Amino acid sequence: MELVIFVITAIVAIIGAVAMLVSRNAVHSALFLLLNFGAIAVLYLLLQAPFLFAVQLIVYAGAIIVLFLFVVMLLGAERDEEDANPIRWQAPVAITMAVLLVGEIIWVLVRQSQDSLARVGSSDSDFGSPAQIAQALFTTHLLPFEVASFVLLTALIGVVVLHQRQS
Amino acid sequence: MLPTIFYIGLSVLLFVIGVCGVLLRRSTLMVFMSIELMLNSANLALVTFANQRQSIDAQIMVFFVITIAAAEVAVGLALLVMIFMRKKTTNIDTMTTLKG
Repeated sequence: MELVIFVITAIVAIIGAVAMLVSRNAVHSALFLLLNFGAIAVLYLLLQAPFLFAVQLIVYAGAIIVLFLFVVMLLGAERDEEDANPIRWQAPVAITMAVLLVGEIIWVLVRQSQDSLARVGSSDSDFGSPAQIAQALFTTHLLPFEVASFVLLTALIGVVVLHQRQS
Repeated sequence: MLPTIFYIGLSVLLFVIGVCGVLLRRSTLMVFMSIELMLNSANLALVTFANQRQSIDAQIMVFFVITIAAAEVAVGLALLVMIFMRKKTTNIDTMTTLKG
């Protein structure tokens, strides 16, 4: 059962990613990326991470994709592209090296999977619950949490400043 | 749970598709979306390892990565809008101001 869900979700994720890559229209690309993010959120559920499932949907699907769509439509840049790449040899070289990279990583993974990728410990049904995440977030990782809030504030001010200078 | 290698393999595939997007597409918006795809595949690998080791720390790290990605997208898109206002195009080959 788990395998069936995984295979279907993985296929959806890969189709979303490839369609994003080849789609000529930037709005379509953003929507295919949304499909991919949704599929990854389902995988988070399979991996006992319900909190991250919610965060993924809210932040990525809800905020980041909407921001992308806003900008694409604001700029009217849906089809702004591709009058042939000036560096002609780039595409074949890029694809060759991408295939090599996949092959290399998969080879290393398969070689390592006997020892270092084996399961550790028994699975705890409470693992990854929001309560457990909050416990770790507000005790061990309190300082990074505060720093993250500061980074968000800085980004907010940065965006405002950027757009003020423009007008 | 399924073997860890299934999830890691999917994560690798998505990452490489993102790399291809960065290398092949000429629109800055598309390059940006591909970078988001790469961030997501790295997150998937982290969550997989969190499950494999039954350790919550990797899930916390994914939470922080998502936070930083949100900030990065806001600033990056603001920069993109500014560059578009100035150059009237999103083609990445026109951004050569730093060329020596």
